[in-house]
Amino acid sequence: MNPEELHQLAEQHAHARTQIPHRIRVCAGSSCMGLHSDQLVNAIQRELKQQGLEKTCPVSGVGCMGLCSAGPLVAIDPDGILYQHVSEADVSAIVASVGNEPLEQLRCPTDIPFFTRQKRVVLEHCGQIDPERIEDALAVGGYTALLTALTEMTPAEVITHVMRSGLRGRGGAGYPTGLKWTTVAKARNPRKFVVCNGDEGDPGAFMDRGVMEGDPHRVIEAMAIAGYAVGASEGYFFVRGEYTTSVKRLRKAIMQAERNGLLGANIFGTPFSFTLEVRLGAGAFVSGEETALIASIEGRRGTPTPRPPYPAEQGLWGCPTLINNVATLASIPPIINHGSEWYASMGTANSKGTHVFALTGKVVNTGLIEVPLGTTLREVIFEIGGGIPNGHSFKAVQMGGPSGGCIPAEHLDTPLGYEALQRIGAMMGSGGILVLDDTSSMVEVARFFMEFCMTESCGKCVPCRVGTVQMHHLLTRISTGTATAHDLALLESLCDLVQHTSLCGLGRSAPNPVLSTLRYFRNEYEASLTSTPSNELIPLTARPPAPPTQGPNGKGA
Amino acid sequence: MKAARIAPPSEDKRWRVIDATMRRHGYHAHALIETLHATQESFGFLDEDALRYIAATLGVALSHVYGVATFYRRFTLKPRGARHTCVVCTGTACHLKGAPALLEALQQRIDHDPTNPPVSILAARCLASCGLAPAVVFDGKVVGNLTPDLALERIEKWLHHES
Repeated sequence: MNPEELHQLAEQHAHARTQIPHRIRVCAGSSCMGLHSDQLVNAIQRELKQQGLEKTCPVSGVGCMGLCSAGPLVAIDPDGILYQHVSEADVSAIVASVGNEPLEQLRCPTDIPFFTRQKRVVLEHCGQIDPERIEDALAVGGYTALLTALTEMTPAEVITHVMRSGLRGRGGAGYPTGLKWTTVAKARNPRKFVVCNGDEGDPGAFMDRGVMEGDPHRVIEAMAIAGYAVGASEGYFFVRGEYTTSVKRLRKAIMQAERNGLLGANIFGTPFSFTLEVRLGAGAFVSGEETALIASIEGRRGTPTPRPPYPAEQGLWGCPTLINNVATLASIPPIINHGSEWYASMGTANSKGTHVFALTGKVVNTGLIEVPLGTTLREVIFEIGGGIPNGHSFKAVQMGGPSGGCIPAEHLDTPLGYEALQRIGAMMGSGGILVLDDTSSMVEVARFFMEFCMTESCGKCVPCRVGTVQMHHLLTRISTGTATAHDLALLESLCDLVQHTSLCGLGRSAPNPVLSTLRYFRNEYEASLTSTPSNELIPLTARPPAPPTQGPNGKGA
Repeated sequence: MKAARIAPPSEDKRWRVIDATMRRHGYHAHALIETLHATQESFGFLDEDALRYIAATLGVALSHVYGVATFYRRFTLKPRGARHTCVVCTGTACHLKGAPALLEALQQRIDHDPTNPPVSILAARCLASCGLAPAVVFDGKVVGNLTPDLALERIEKWLHHES
């Protein structure tokens, strides 16, 4: 494909979209799919056919629209009508209402803060386009950033652009993306690789999944731009094996891009060539760690190796390798299209741009959101999230999953940013925001994450392999009320030991949930201590009594 | 040096899928995980014959193949006995919204049933369907916003169909 053809195709498809009077979009994100939105698409299709409307009002399944708690969601374009909790019984009424009076009883207001307070950059087209059609992606400007980069910029200029934008790694560590790109670009090796890390393993995180399922072409385009910038012509997409929909859509998107000459040899008639392959993770959380990820792609056990050498110097098969997270890469095309100043104008001094978060837990609106960094947690939870349901009160928010920490009410006005969160003992992590209400036990939260780290430890280094088991044991004792003050002291010293002596990030950050809950909720630990030491051994599989059960949470609340 | 190509362990047509996977990757050792994925998908588990065949064809040590197959949670060396599976998500959001009680109720019903009902109760790490918390996958189908009663109801339906 040459540049003119891309513009032509884009215009043609954009024009085709305006020719159709109405369109129905059905959310086919993972959450709505769980509520059978795929069957909904078929039902609407059947109904449209029956009423002879399939030409004037096509229906398509799209990526996550964000408000998972109101799913399944159905949107009518261009009227901007959104329906919530749609079931198959509503289909005929919805189809009949197209172009007429909307169905008020099903409507989901779109002027609520959940929608108006967001700034969608990464998720710009997520939920708007059919992720399985490259035509849709082209119509909204897909691959124009790649075209600009290849035809109007040198690799060094692309990197300068990324550097100036202030973009930092969205996978958790927050390393400046431009610096990483520079290191790989500088490495002198004829063979280099670009790897997209889509092995999203944090429990409670689904940002990458949302992007891969909702707008796969965006990430593919970004990988090609990254390849051009650092001098790599081969790329790997490493995706969590459980994400079957992501894998399916990515494979399809790669095939479509190849067929249109947007991947492969001499893209846009330039000397730049880039090929892309998908590799499946096989269910190991530690594989998300850079060096373990490389081992996984090479077909080995996914255990980390000491750094340096960093993958940027010696990665896949010993070649310099750029590894970026899905959301990081998905931020690149807008930076090229709208300029680095535009991107850097959002956010705080050290944390620029927008960030995608998965908002879950005890909050009214759960789902996928994107806000400029610098937004406060209070705004996210009480405005966008709509507050705490069922008359309960806010207790804390957990960020960063098993490597992160808890933030209590007194720090709710902290602006979201890498350093700001670190100062209060939490971390941005990959972007899971878990809201806890007054019914949640903080010891239990810490124990939950420790159990996760314990089972996910790869077993290569002793501090992590043995330490997490011991810490979990102590936390179980505390939450079952059989621990003494001595046990608590032992737990604290173990935290320190594991944090400072483990090989990789998994072990080094495993004590974080304990340390942060101890910092803010020490009273909860101390309240469950006993003065009589028990010699009774607790089996490792012991669980504290299950918390009281709840009804189906807040449907429509 | 690549080992000479050897014949698949049996006449089963499914081996063609595995062969095709290895061929696509040029019989390189790094195709191991992709090949195991293909085998697991075709046969449902990885038996010793499969491991030996893959090791010989890709020219890697059997110990290495075994090491990889047992490292990753997605691979299993034993056939799945039960006809139905019920996977409870134990991710953070589900945990907070009652997954432990769900798991306990289901285990109480199935694992402690002396008649050994044909259902496996399993726990999974986050399904990334947190909007549906607490969620359970019944035979590959995600169902959300569950209570122990609703989950048990589904299981009972299976059991009644069986008898």
